[in-house]
Amino acid sequence: MESFLNRYRNITVLLLVIFGQLVLLAWQVRNDQDVRMIRVWTVTAVTPVARVMEWMRGGSIGFLRDYVLLHDTHEANQRLQSEVDHLKLENNFLKNELNMAERAKALSVFQEHTPSKTVAANVIGSGAGTNSKVLFTDRGSTAGVQRGMAVVTPDGIVGTVIQSYPTASEILLITDPDFAAGVATQKTGARGTLKGQGTPLCKVDYIPFEEKINVGDWFYTSGDDRVFPRGFPVGVVKAVHPGQPFQEVLVEPSGMHRGLEDVLILLEGVHQTIPTEKVATQPIYIAPPPGSPDLAQVDPIPVGGTEADKLRAHYKAVGDAQNHKFGEGLPGSKPPDFNLVLKPGTPGPAATPPKPASQSPAAPKPTSTTAVAPASPAPGARSQAPAVQPAPAAAPEPISERPHNE
Amino acid sequence: MSYSGSERILLSSRREGEASRFHPAVMLLVPLAAILFQVYVPLFFQFLGYLEMPLLVVVYFALMRRSQIRGLLIGAVIGLAQDSLSKAPLGMFGIVKTLVGYFAASVGLRLDVDNGLLRLFLAYFFYVFHQFFYWVMARALLAQQVAFDWQRTLILGLLNAVVAVALFHFLDKMREAA
Repeated sequence: MESFLNRYRNITVLLLVIFGQLVLLAWQVRNDQDVRMIRVWTVTAVTPVARVMEWMRGGSIGFLRDYVLLHDTHEANQRLQSEVDHLKLENNFLKNELNMAERAKALSVFQEHTPSKTVAANVIGSGAGTNSKVLFTDRGSTAGVQRGMAVVTPDGIVGTVIQSYPTASEILLITDPDFAAGVATQKTGARGTLKGQGTPLCKVDYIPFEEKINVGDWFYTSGDDRVFPRGFPVGVVKAVHPGQPFQEVLVEPSGMHRGLEDVLILLEGVHQTIPTEKVATQPIYIAPPPGSPDLAQVDPIPVGGTEADKLRAHYKAVGDAQNHKFGEGLPGSKPPDFNLVLKPGTPGPAATPPKPASQSPAAPKPTSTTAVAPASPAPGARSQAPAVQPAPAAAPEPISERPHNE
Repeated sequence: MSYSGSERILLSSRREGEASRFHPAVMLLVPLAAILFQVYVPLFFQFLGYLEMPLLVVVYFALMRRSQIRGLLIGAVIGLAQDSLSKAPLGMFGIVKTLVGYFAASVGLRLDVDNGLLRLFLAYFFYVFHQFFYWVMARALLAQQVAFDWQRTLILGLLNAVVAVALFHFLDKMREAA
Protein backbone atom coordinates (compact mmCIF):
# COMPACT_ATOMS: atom_id res chain seq x y z
CA MET A 1 0.00 0.00 0.00
CA GLU A 2 2.76 2.37 0.92
CA SER A 3 4.58 1.65 -2.29
CA PHE A 4 1.36 2.18 -4.20
CA LEU A 5 0.81 5.61 -2.63
CA ASN A 6 4.43 6.45 -3.11
CA ARG A 7 4.22 5.52 -6.77
CA TYR A 8 0.99 7.45 -7.39
CA ARG A 9 1.68 10.22 -4.94
CA ASN A 10 1.47 13.02 -7.45
CA ILE A 11 -1.75 11.93 -9.01
CA THR A 12 -3.17 11.24 -5.58
CA VAL A 13 -2.39 14.73 -4.39
CA LEU A 14 -3.85 16.11 -7.57
CA LEU A 15 -7.03 14.15 -7.11
CA LEU A 16 -7.30 15.17 -3.48
CA VAL A 17 -6.82 18.83 -4.25
CA ILE A 18 -9.29 18.74 -7.07
CA PHE A 19 -11.74 16.73 -4.99
CA GLY A 20 -11.45 19.21 -2.19
CA GLN A 21 -12.13 22.08 -4.50
CA LEU A 22 -15.00 20.22 -6.11
CA VAL A 23 -16.55 19.65 -2.71
CA LEU A 24 -16.06 23.32 -1.92
CA LEU A 25 -17.62 24.27 -5.20
CA ALA A 26 -20.49 21.85 -4.80
CA TRP A 27 -21.20 23.08 -1.31
CA GLN A 28 -21.32 26.69 -2.52
CA VAL A 29 -23.58 25.82 -5.43
CA ARG A 30 -25.86 23.60 -3.42
CA ASN A 31 -26.27 25.93 -0.45
CA ASP A 32 -26.00 29.06 -2.53
CA GLN A 33 -23.54 30.35 0.04
CA ASP A 34 -20.09 31.75 -0.20
CA VAL A 35 -16.92 30.84 1.63
CA ARG A 36 -16.47 34.29 2.95
CA MET A 37 -13.37 33.57 4.93
CA ILE A 38 -11.20 32.76 1.91
CA ARG A 39 -12.39 35.81 0.07
CA VAL A 40 -11.71 38.02 3.09
CA TRP A 41 -8.18 36.66 3.31
CA THR A 42 -7.51 37.34 -0.31
CA VAL A 43 -9.07 40.77 -0.36
CA THR A 44 -7.24 41.71 2.81
CA ALA A 45 -3.99 40.59 1.29
CA VAL A 46 -4.54 42.29 -2.04
CA THR A 47 -6.23 45.61 -1.28
CA PRO A 48 -3.42 47.25 0.73
CA VAL A 49 -1.03 46.56 -2.08
CA ALA A 50 -3.58 47.84 -4.57
CA ARG A 51 -3.99 50.97 -2.48
CA VAL A 52 -0.26 51.53 -2.47
CA MET A 53 -0.14 50.96 -6.18
CA GLU A 54 -2.97 53.39 -6.74
CA TRP A 55 -1.22 55.98 -4.58
CA MET A 56 1.99 55.49 -6.49
CA ARG A 57 0.17 55.61 -9.80
CA GLY A 58 -1.67 58.78 -8.91
CA GLY A 59 1.48 60.40 -7.60
CA SER A 60 3.52 59.32 -10.58
CA ILE A 61 0.94 60.46 -13.08
CA GLY A 62 0.50 63.72 -11.24
CA PHE A 63 4.23 64.27 -11.10
CA LEU A 64 4.64 63.39 -14.75
CA ARG A 65 1.74 65.56 -15.78
CA ASP A 66 2.70 68.53 -13.63
CA TYR A 67 6.45 68.51 -13.91
CA VAL A 68 7.68 66.27 -16.69
CA LEU A 69 5.11 65.87 -19.43
CA LEU A 70 4.33 69.48 -20.08
CA HIS A 71 3.71 68.92 -23.74
CA ASP A 72 0.13 70.11 -23.51
CA THR A 73 1.03 73.11 -21.40
CA HIS A 74 2.38 74.94 -24.39
CA GLU A 75 -0.79 74.24 -26.36
CA ALA A 76 -2.95 75.24 -23.44
CA ASN A 77 -0.89 78.37 -23.02
CA GLN A 78 -1.26 79.23 -26.67
CA ARG A 79 -4.96 78.54 -26.55
CA LEU A 80 -5.42 80.70 -23.49
CA GLN A 81 -3.24 83.41 -24.99
CA SER A 82 -5.37 83.32 -28.10
CA GLU A 83 -8.46 83.53 -25.95
CA VAL A 84 -7.03 86.49 -24.05
CA ASP A 85 -6.17 88.23 -27.33
CA HIS A 86 -9.68 87.61 -28.57
CA LEU A 87 -11.17 88.97 -25.37
CA LYS A 88 -8.90 92.00 -25.54
CA LEU A 89 -10.09 92.71 -29.05
CA GLU A 90 -13.67 92.26 -27.96
CA ASN A 91 -13.07 94.51 -24.98
CA ASN A 92 -11.57 97.21 -27.18
CA PHE A 93 -14.46 96.91 -29.56
CA LEU A 94 -16.98 97.27 -26.76
CA LYS A 95 -15.08 100.21 -25.29
CA ASN A 96 -15.11 101.88 -28.67
CA GLU A 97 -18.81 101.22 -28.97
CA LEU A 98 -19.35 102.71 -25.54
CA ASN A 99 -17.24 105.75 -26.38
CA MET A 100 -19.15 106.16 -29.59
CA ALA A 101 -22.44 105.97 -27.75
CA GLU A 102 -21.25 108.54 -25.23
CA ARG A 103 -20.02 110.85 -27.95
CA ALA A 104 -23.27 110.47 -29.82
CA LYS A 105 -25.23 111.21 -26.67
CA ALA A 106 -23.10 114.25 -25.90
CA LEU A 107 -23.44 115.43 -29.45
CA SER A 108 -27.18 114.92 -29.34
CA VAL A 109 -27.54 116.83 -26.08
CA PHE A 110 -25.39 119.63 -27.43
CA GLN A 111 -27.35 119.68 -30.65
CA GLU A 112 -30.63 119.93 -28.79
CA HIS A 113 -29.53 122.82 -26.66
CA THR A 114 -27.49 124.92 -29.01
CA PRO A 115 -29.44 127.72 -30.63
CA SER A 116 -27.68 127.12 -33.92
CA LYS A 117 -29.11 124.76 -36.47
CA THR A 118 -26.69 121.91 -36.88
CA VAL A 119 -26.30 118.62 -38.60
CA ALA A 120 -24.26 115.79 -37.13
CA ALA A 121 -21.63 114.18 -39.30
CA ASN A 122 -19.22 111.30 -38.97
CA VAL A 123 -15.62 111.74 -39.92
CA ILE A 124 -14.96 109.19 -42.62
CA GLY A 125 -11.46 110.03 -43.71
CA SER A 126 -8.59 112.42 -43.66
CA GLY A 127 -6.66 114.21 -46.33
CA ALA A 128 -4.12 112.33 -48.35
CA GLY A 129 -1.15 114.60 -47.63
CA THR A 130 1.27 113.85 -44.84
CA ASN A 131 0.80 117.29 -43.30
CA SER A 132 -2.78 117.45 -44.35
CA LYS A 133 -5.11 119.04 -41.86
CA VAL A 134 -8.33 118.24 -43.63
CA LEU A 135 -11.01 115.70 -42.92
CA PHE A 136 -13.89 114.25 -44.83
CA THR A 137 -17.32 113.83 -43.30
CA ASP A 138 -20.25 111.82 -44.47
CA ARG A 139 -22.56 114.82 -44.84
CA GLY A 140 -22.60 116.79 -48.03
CA SER A 141 -24.72 119.18 -50.01
CA THR A 142 -27.70 116.83 -49.94
CA ALA A 143 -27.75 117.30 -46.18
CA GLY A 144 -27.54 121.06 -46.55
CA VAL A 145 -23.83 121.39 -46.01
CA GLN A 146 -22.27 124.24 -47.95
CA ARG A 147 -18.81 125.62 -48.36
CA GLY A 148 -17.82 128.01 -45.56
CA MET A 149 -19.93 126.49 -42.82
CA ALA A 150 -18.46 126.12 -39.36
CA VAL A 151 -17.71 122.75 -37.86
CA VAL A 152 -17.77 122.32 -34.10
CA THR A 153 -17.95 119.74 -31.37
CA PRO A 154 -19.38 120.17 -27.92
CA ASP A 155 -15.84 120.98 -26.78
CA GLY A 156 -15.12 123.71 -29.27
CA ILE A 157 -14.62 124.68 -32.86
CA VAL A 158 -13.02 122.22 -35.22
CA GLY A 159 -12.75 123.86 -38.63
CA THR A 160 -14.67 125.01 -41.64
CA VAL A 161 -16.16 123.31 -44.64
CA ILE A 162 -13.96 124.01 -47.64
CA GLN A 163 -15.63 121.72 -50.12
CA SER A 164 -19.09 120.28 -50.24
CA TYR A 165 -19.89 117.25 -52.31
CA PRO A 166 -23.28 115.55 -52.60
CA THR A 167 -22.49 112.87 -50.09
CA ALA A 168 -19.45 114.22 -48.30
CA SER A 169 -17.76 117.41 -47.33
CA GLU A 170 -14.16 118.41 -46.77
CA ILE A 171 -13.26 120.09 -43.51
CA LEU A 172 -10.27 122.36 -43.01
CA LEU A 173 -9.11 121.91 -39.44
CA ILE A 174 -8.19 124.87 -37.31
CA THR A 175 -4.65 123.59 -37.06
CA ASP A 176 -4.11 124.02 -40.78
CA PRO A 177 -1.89 127.01 -41.68
CA ASP A 178 -4.58 128.26 -44.04
CA PHE A 179 -7.19 128.46 -41.31
CA ALA A 180 -8.19 131.71 -39.64
CA ALA A 181 -11.02 132.70 -37.35
CA GLY A 182 -11.91 135.65 -35.21
CA VAL A 183 -11.54 135.02 -31.51
CA ALA A 184 -11.84 136.92 -28.29
CA THR A 185 -10.54 136.32 -24.80
CA GLN A 186 -12.97 135.36 -22.15
CA LYS A 187 -11.57 137.72 -19.56
CA THR A 188 -11.02 140.97 -21.34
CA GLY A 189 -12.74 140.39 -24.63
CA ALA A 190 -9.58 141.31 -26.49
CA ARG A 191 -9.99 140.28 -30.08
CA GLY A 192 -7.54 138.56 -32.33
CA THR A 193 -7.26 136.21 -35.22
CA LEU A 194 -6.72 132.53 -34.66
CA LYS A 195 -4.41 130.94 -37.20
CA GLY A 196 -3.34 127.37 -37.64
CA GLN A 197 0.34 126.53 -37.73
CA GLY A 198 0.34 122.95 -38.83
CA THR A 199 1.12 121.97 -35.24
CA PRO A 200 -1.18 121.02 -32.41
CA LEU A 201 -1.07 124.60 -31.13
CA CYS A 202 -2.66 127.51 -32.92
CA LYS A 203 -1.50 131.09 -32.88
CA VAL A 204 -3.63 134.12 -32.06
CA ASP A 205 -2.46 137.18 -33.93
CA TYR A 206 -3.22 140.84 -33.59
CA ILE A 207 -3.56 140.91 -29.82
CA PRO A 208 -2.19 144.30 -28.78
CA PHE A 209 0.73 144.14 -26.40
CA GLU A 210 -1.12 146.11 -23.74
CA GLU A 211 -3.80 143.45 -23.42
CA LYS A 212 -3.08 141.20 -20.50
CA ILE A 213 -3.27 137.60 -21.56
CA ASN A 214 -2.34 134.82 -19.15
CA VAL A 215 -1.65 131.18 -19.62
CA GLY A 216 -4.83 129.30 -18.95
CA ASP A 217 -7.14 131.98 -20.32
CA TRP A 218 -9.86 130.83 -22.64
CA PHE A 219 -10.52 132.08 -26.13
CA TYR A 220 -13.95 132.04 -27.66
CA THR A 221 -15.13 132.79 -31.13
CA SER A 222 -15.87 136.46 -31.54
CA GLY A 223 -18.22 136.15 -34.49
CA ASP A 224 -16.20 138.67 -36.46
CA ASP A 225 -15.28 136.27 -39.21
CA ARG A 226 -18.91 135.65 -40.13
CA VAL A 227 -18.21 131.96 -40.19
CA PHE A 228 -18.23 130.99 -36.54
CA PRO A 229 -21.01 132.36 -34.35
CA ARG A 230 -19.88 134.17 -31.25
CA GLY A 231 -19.47 132.26 -28.04
CA PHE A 232 -18.06 128.92 -29.13
CA PRO A 233 -15.03 127.73 -27.17
CA VAL A 234 -11.81 127.84 -29.13
CA GLY A 235 -9.08 126.80 -26.76
CA VAL A 236 -6.93 127.60 -23.80
CA VAL A 237 -3.82 129.73 -23.81
CA LYS A 238 -0.66 127.70 -23.46
CA ALA A 239 1.99 130.32 -23.98
CA VAL A 240 2.21 134.09 -24.29
CA HIS A 241 5.22 135.81 -25.83
CA PRO A 242 5.32 139.59 -25.54
CA GLY A 243 5.96 141.49 -28.73
CA GLN A 244 5.54 144.82 -30.50
CA PRO A 245 3.00 145.76 -31.55
CA PHE A 246 1.23 142.43 -31.04
CA GLN A 247 1.71 139.61 -28.60
CA GLU A 248 2.27 136.08 -29.75
CA VAL A 249 -0.28 133.86 -28.10
CA LEU A 250 -0.35 130.11 -28.52
CA VAL A 251 -3.63 128.34 -27.95
CA GLU A 252 -4.40 124.68 -27.59
CA PRO A 253 -7.64 123.95 -29.44
CA SER A 254 -10.26 122.43 -27.21
CA GLY A 255 -12.48 121.00 -29.89
CA MET A 256 -10.20 118.22 -30.98
CA HIS A 257 -8.46 116.92 -27.93
CA ARG A 258 -10.98 114.15 -27.44
CA GLY A 259 -10.50 112.93 -30.95
CA LEU A 260 -12.58 113.65 -33.99
CA GLU A 261 -15.08 111.04 -34.97
CA ASP A 262 -18.34 112.94 -34.83
CA VAL A 263 -18.75 116.64 -35.50
CA LEU A 264 -21.54 119.12 -35.91
CA ILE A 265 -21.79 121.30 -38.98
CA LEU A 266 -23.54 124.58 -38.30
CA LEU A 267 -26.13 125.06 -40.98
CA GLU A 268 -27.41 128.25 -39.37
CA GLY A 269 -25.23 129.74 -36.68
CA VAL A 270 -26.59 131.82 -33.86
CA HIS A 271 -24.45 134.09 -31.75
CA GLN A 272 -24.12 133.25 -28.09
CA THR A 273 -22.64 135.04 -25.16
CA ILE A 274 -19.13 134.49 -24.10
CA PRO A 275 -19.21 133.26 -20.53
CA THR A 276 -17.64 135.73 -18.19
CA GLU A 277 -16.76 133.47 -15.36
CA LYS A 278 -13.60 131.58 -15.06
CA VAL A 279 -13.81 128.23 -16.70
CA ALA A 280 -12.88 125.37 -14.48
CA THR A 281 -11.89 122.00 -15.63
CA GLN A 282 -14.79 119.74 -14.88
CA PRO A 283 -15.30 116.06 -15.25
CA ILE A 284 -17.32 114.87 -18.15
CA TYR A 285 -20.93 114.42 -17.24
CA ILE A 286 -23.70 113.79 -19.62
CA ALA A 287 -26.82 115.20 -18.08
CA PRO A 288 -29.93 113.13 -18.59
CA PRO A 289 -32.31 114.61 -21.12
CA PRO A 290 -34.97 116.98 -19.82
CA GLY A 291 -38.04 115.27 -18.54
CA SER A 292 -36.31 112.04 -17.79
CA PRO A 293 -37.49 110.25 -14.68
CA ASP A 294 -34.06 110.69 -13.12
CA LEU A 295 -34.57 114.39 -12.90
CA ALA A 296 -37.90 114.08 -11.21
CA GLN A 297 -36.04 113.13 -8.07
CA VAL A 298 -33.60 116.00 -8.28
CA ASP A 299 -34.20 118.72 -5.75
CA PRO A 300 -35.24 121.92 -7.44
CA ILE A 301 -32.45 124.40 -7.48
CA PRO A 302 -33.24 128.05 -8.16
CA VAL A 303 -32.52 128.95 -11.68
CA GLY A 304 -31.82 132.28 -13.14
CA GLY A 305 -28.14 132.06 -13.30
CA THR A 306 -27.30 135.34 -11.58
CA GLU A 307 -28.43 137.16 -8.47
CA ALA A 308 -29.87 139.87 -10.64
CA ASP A 309 -32.09 137.39 -12.40
CA LYS A 310 -33.30 136.04 -9.07
CA LEU A 311 -34.00 139.54 -7.83
CA ARG A 312 -35.85 140.36 -10.99
CA ALA A 313 -37.96 137.25 -10.65
CA HIS A 314 -38.69 138.12 -7.02
CA TYR A 315 -39.82 141.62 -7.93
CA LYS A 316 -41.97 140.25 -10.69
CA ALA A 317 -43.63 137.87 -8.24
CA VAL A 318 -44.15 140.71 -5.77
CA GLY A 319 -45.71 142.79 -8.55
CA ASP A 320 -47.96 139.96 -9.63
CA ALA A 321 -49.11 139.46 -6.04
CA GLN A 322 -50.22 143.12 -5.90
CA ASN A 323 -51.59 143.20 -9.46
CA HIS A 324 -48.91 145.63 -10.41
CA LYS A 325 -47.47 145.72 -13.90
CA PHE A 326 -44.03 147.13 -14.09
CA GLY A 327 -43.56 149.88 -16.68
CA GLU A 328 -47.19 150.92 -16.78
CA GLY A 329 -47.43 153.19 -13.79
CA LEU A 330 -47.14 156.89 -14.29
CA PRO A 331 -44.43 158.85 -12.53
CA GLY A 332 -45.56 159.60 -9.00
CA SER A 333 -47.91 156.64 -8.79
CA LYS A 334 -47.63 154.31 -5.81
CA PRO A 335 -44.99 151.70 -6.27
CA PRO A 336 -45.62 148.12 -5.17
CA ASP A 337 -44.55 147.04 -1.71
CA PHE A 338 -41.26 145.38 -2.34
CA ASN A 339 -41.07 144.20 1.28
CA LEU A 340 -44.16 142.08 0.85
CA VAL A 341 -43.57 138.58 2.12
CA LEU A 342 -44.76 136.14 -0.46
CA LYS A 343 -46.93 133.25 0.63
CA PRO A 344 -45.58 129.79 0.05
CA GLY A 345 -48.01 129.17 -2.79
CA THR A 346 -46.99 132.25 -4.66
CA PRO A 347 -44.76 131.55 -7.61
CA GLY A 348 -41.28 132.59 -6.66
CA PRO A 349 -38.08 132.96 -8.51
CA ALA A 350 -37.38 129.24 -8.28
CA ALA A 351 -40.56 128.40 -10.11
CA THR A 352 -40.65 131.27 -12.51
CA PRO A 353 -37.37 131.63 -14.21
CA PRO A 354 -36.90 134.91 -15.95
CA LYS A 355 -37.39 134.96 -19.62
CA PRO A 356 -34.58 136.88 -21.19
CA ALA A 357 -35.97 139.55 -23.36
CA SER A 358 -33.09 139.31 -25.71
CA GLN A 359 -33.20 135.60 -26.23
CA SER A 360 -33.55 134.52 -29.78
CA PRO A 361 -36.22 132.04 -30.83
CA ALA A 362 -33.55 129.48 -31.55
CA ALA A 363 -31.77 129.99 -28.27
CA PRO A 364 -32.02 127.25 -25.65
CA LYS A 365 -34.98 127.64 -23.36
CA PRO A 366 -33.90 127.32 -19.77
CA THR A 367 -36.10 125.01 -17.82
CA SER A 368 -36.12 123.85 -14.28
CA THR A 369 -34.51 120.63 -15.35
CA THR A 370 -31.43 122.42 -16.54
CA ALA A 371 -30.86 123.72 -13.07
CA VAL A 372 -28.53 120.86 -12.28
CA ALA A 373 -25.86 122.52 -14.29
CA PRO A 374 -23.38 125.02 -12.97
CA ALA A 375 -23.83 128.66 -13.61
CA SER A 376 -21.13 128.84 -16.18
CA PRO A 377 -20.55 126.58 -19.14
CA ALA A 378 -17.33 124.73 -19.31
CA PRO A 379 -15.78 124.25 -22.69
CA GLY A 380 -14.17 121.11 -21.44
CA ALA A 381 -17.47 119.69 -20.36
CA ARG A 382 -18.92 118.90 -23.66
CA SER A 383 -22.34 117.91 -22.52
CA GLN A 384 -22.92 120.24 -19.69
CA ALA A 385 -21.92 123.31 -21.53
CA PRO A 386 -24.79 123.27 -23.97
CA ALA A 387 -27.25 122.06 -21.37
CA VAL A 388 -26.58 124.93 -19.04
CA GLN A 389 -25.85 127.59 -21.52
CA PRO A 390 -27.22 130.83 -20.12
CA ALA A 391 -29.33 133.00 -22.27
CA PRO A 392 -27.38 135.56 -24.19
CA ALA A 393 -27.36 138.89 -22.47
CA ALA A 394 -27.37 140.75 -25.71
CA ALA A 395 -29.71 140.18 -28.58
CA PRO A 396 -28.20 137.41 -30.67
CA GLU A 397 -27.86 138.10 -34.25
CA PRO A 398 -28.46 135.05 -36.35
CA ILE A 399 -25.59 135.05 -38.68
CA SER A 400 -27.59 132.96 -41.06
CA GLU A 401 -29.28 136.17 -42.01
CA ARG A 402 -25.99 137.46 -43.12
CA PRO A 403 -24.11 136.15 -46.08
CA HIS A 404 -21.37 134.02 -44.64
CA ASN A 405 -20.19 132.37 -47.77
CA GLU A 406 -17.12 133.79 -49.22
CA MET B 1 11.44 10.23 -8.93
CA SER B 2 13.99 9.18 -11.44
CA TYR B 3 13.98 9.69 -15.15
CA SER B 4 15.82 7.79 -17.79
CA GLY B 5 17.61 9.47 -20.63
CA SER B 6 14.98 8.37 -23.12
CA GLU B 7 12.20 9.98 -21.06
CA ARG B 8 13.84 13.41 -21.12
CA ILE B 9 14.20 13.36 -24.84
CA LEU B 10 14.49 17.11 -25.21
CA LEU B 11 16.77 17.66 -22.26
CA SER B 12 20.37 17.64 -23.44
CA SER B 13 21.90 17.19 -20.00
CA ARG B 14 20.91 16.21 -16.52
CA ARG B 15 21.70 19.69 -15.32
CA GLU B 16 18.98 21.05 -17.56
CA GLY B 17 16.51 18.81 -15.83
CA GLU B 18 17.20 20.24 -12.42
CA ALA B 19 14.48 22.24 -10.75
CA SER B 20 14.97 25.99 -10.58
CA ARG B 21 15.01 27.61 -7.19
CA PHE B 22 13.38 30.89 -6.31
CA HIS B 23 13.56 33.09 -3.27
CA PRO B 24 10.43 32.70 -1.11
CA ALA B 25 9.71 36.40 -1.57
CA VAL B 26 9.64 35.85 -5.32
CA MET B 27 7.29 32.93 -4.91
CA LEU B 28 5.00 35.16 -2.87
CA LEU B 29 5.25 38.50 -4.63
CA VAL B 30 5.16 37.38 -8.24
CA PRO B 31 1.77 35.60 -7.95
CA LEU B 32 0.50 38.51 -5.90
CA ALA B 33 1.66 40.93 -8.58
CA ALA B 34 0.01 38.78 -11.24
CA ILE B 35 -3.31 38.83 -9.37
CA LEU B 36 -3.00 42.56 -8.78
CA PHE B 37 -2.30 43.03 -12.46
CA GLN B 38 -5.43 41.06 -13.27
CA VAL B 39 -7.68 43.10 -11.02
CA TYR B 40 -6.06 46.51 -11.19
CA VAL B 41 -4.48 47.21 -14.54
CA PRO B 42 -7.61 46.62 -16.68
CA LEU B 43 -9.22 49.48 -14.83
CA PHE B 44 -6.99 51.81 -16.76
CA PHE B 45 -6.03 49.71 -19.79
CA GLN B 46 -8.98 47.58 -20.78
CA PHE B 47 -7.18 45.74 -23.53
CA LEU B 48 -4.77 44.32 -20.93
CA GLY B 49 -7.71 42.50 -19.37
CA TYR B 50 -7.22 39.81 -21.99
CA LEU B 51 -3.92 38.86 -20.44
CA GLU B 52 -4.28 35.92 -18.07
CA MET B 53 -1.28 36.81 -15.93
CA PRO B 54 -2.06 34.41 -13.03
CA LEU B 55 -2.19 31.55 -15.52
CA LEU B 56 1.14 32.53 -17.03
CA VAL B 57 2.72 32.69 -13.60
CA VAL B 58 1.32 29.26 -12.71
CA VAL B 59 2.67 27.83 -15.94
CA TYR B 60 6.08 29.38 -15.38
CA PHE B 61 6.53 28.21 -11.80
CA ALA B 62 5.16 24.78 -12.59
CA LEU B 63 7.49 24.42 -15.54
CA MET B 64 10.53 25.66 -13.71
CA ARG B 65 9.96 23.93 -10.40
CA ARG B 66 9.55 20.60 -12.23
CA SER B 67 7.49 19.21 -9.38
CA GLN B 68 3.95 18.14 -10.08
CA ILE B 69 2.82 18.52 -6.50
CA ARG B 70 4.33 21.98 -6.19
CA GLY B 71 2.93 22.84 -9.56
CA LEU B 72 -0.60 21.81 -8.67
CA LEU B 73 -0.39 23.53 -5.28
CA ILE B 74 0.79 26.76 -6.87
CA GLY B 75 -2.05 26.47 -9.36
CA ALA B 76 -4.59 25.74 -6.63
CA VAL B 77 -3.52 28.67 -4.45
CA ILE B 78 -3.36 31.18 -7.25
CA GLY B 79 -6.60 29.86 -8.70
CA LEU B 80 -8.41 30.16 -5.40
CA ALA B 81 -7.04 33.65 -4.89
CA GLN B 82 -8.31 34.56 -8.34
CA ASP B 83 -11.66 33.03 -7.46
CA SER B 84 -11.77 35.08 -4.31
CA LEU B 85 -11.52 38.26 -6.33
CA SER B 86 -14.07 37.19 -8.93
CA LYS B 87 -17.78 36.66 -8.78
CA ALA B 88 -17.44 32.94 -9.57
CA PRO B 89 -17.74 30.38 -6.79
CA LEU B 90 -14.51 29.40 -5.15
CA GLY B 91 -12.90 26.50 -6.95
CA MET B 92 -13.56 27.29 -10.58
CA PHE B 93 -10.22 28.85 -11.33
CA GLY B 94 -8.72 26.76 -8.54
CA ILE B 95 -9.52 23.46 -10.22
CA VAL B 96 -8.49 24.62 -13.67
CA LYS B 97 -5.21 26.09 -12.53
CA THR B 98 -4.53 23.04 -10.39
CA LEU B 99 -4.73 20.93 -13.51
CA VAL B 100 -2.64 23.42 -15.47
CA GLY B 101 0.01 23.42 -12.76
CA TYR B 102 0.10 19.68 -12.65
CA PHE B 103 0.37 19.22 -16.38
CA ALA B 104 2.86 22.04 -16.78
CA ALA B 105 5.09 20.50 -14.16
CA SER B 106 4.73 17.17 -15.89
CA VAL B 107 5.87 18.75 -19.15
CA GLY B 108 8.70 20.55 -17.42
CA LEU B 109 10.02 17.21 -16.21
CA ARG B 110 10.47 16.02 -19.74
CA LEU B 111 11.16 19.04 -21.94
CA ASP B 112 13.77 21.76 -22.05
CA VAL B 113 11.57 24.56 -20.80
CA ASP B 114 14.30 27.19 -21.27
CA ASN B 115 13.65 27.04 -24.97
CA GLY B 116 11.79 30.15 -26.06
CA LEU B 117 9.86 28.52 -28.84
CA LEU B 118 8.76 25.73 -26.56
CA ARG B 119 7.68 28.29 -23.98
CA LEU B 120 5.64 30.06 -26.64
CA PHE B 121 3.92 26.83 -27.61
CA LEU B 122 3.32 25.71 -24.03
CA ALA B 123 1.91 29.05 -22.99
CA TYR B 124 -0.36 28.98 -25.99
CA PHE B 125 -1.48 25.44 -25.31
CA PHE B 126 -2.11 25.94 -21.60
CA TYR B 127 -4.04 29.16 -22.24
CA VAL B 128 -6.39 27.36 -24.63
CA PHE B 129 -6.63 24.41 -22.25
CA HIS B 130 -7.36 26.76 -19.34
CA GLN B 131 -10.11 28.59 -21.20
CA PHE B 132 -11.65 25.46 -22.59
CA PHE B 133 -11.64 23.58 -19.30
CA TYR B 134 -13.10 26.56 -17.49
CA TRP B 135 -15.87 26.68 -20.07
CA VAL B 136 -16.49 22.96 -19.58
CA MET B 137 -16.69 23.38 -15.82
CA ALA B 138 -18.93 26.39 -16.12
CA ARG B 139 -21.34 24.39 -18.23
CA ALA B 140 -21.05 21.18 -16.22
CA LEU B 141 -20.87 22.42 -12.66
CA LEU B 142 -22.55 25.80 -12.79
CA ALA B 143 -24.95 25.03 -15.64
CA GLN B 144 -23.99 28.22 -17.43
CA GLN B 145 -25.16 28.07 -21.02
CA VAL B 146 -22.32 29.99 -22.59
CA ALA B 147 -20.78 29.38 -25.99
CA PHE B 148 -17.12 28.81 -26.45
CA ASP B 149 -15.56 31.28 -28.86
CA TRP B 150 -12.77 29.27 -30.44
CA GLN B 151 -11.56 32.00 -32.73
CA ARG B 152 -11.26 34.54 -29.98
CA THR B 153 -9.63 32.04 -27.68
CA LEU B 154 -7.02 31.07 -30.24
CA ILE B 155 -6.13 34.67 -31.00
CA LEU B 156 -5.94 35.65 -27.36
CA GLY B 157 -3.90 32.50 -26.75
CA LEU B 158 -1.35 33.78 -29.22
CA LEU B 159 -1.29 37.17 -27.50
CA ASN B 160 -0.81 35.58 -24.11
CA ALA B 161 1.90 33.28 -25.47
CA VAL B 162 3.89 36.20 -26.79
CA VAL B 163 3.61 38.00 -23.49
CA ALA B 164 4.49 34.78 -21.69
CA VAL B 165 7.80 34.48 -23.51
CA ALA B 166 8.80 37.98 -22.37
CA LEU B 167 7.46 37.39 -18.87
CA PHE B 168 9.28 34.08 -18.51
CA HIS B 169 12.46 35.74 -19.66
CA PHE B 170 12.01 38.40 -16.99
CA LEU B 171 11.22 35.84 -14.30
CA ASP B 172 14.29 33.85 -15.29
CA LYS B 173 16.35 36.70 -13.86
CA MET B 174 14.89 35.94 -10.44
CA ARG B 175 16.06 32.37 -10.39
CA GLU B 176 18.59 31.60 -7.76
CA ALA B 177 21.86 30.08 -8.90
CA ALA B 178 22.10 26.34 -8.26
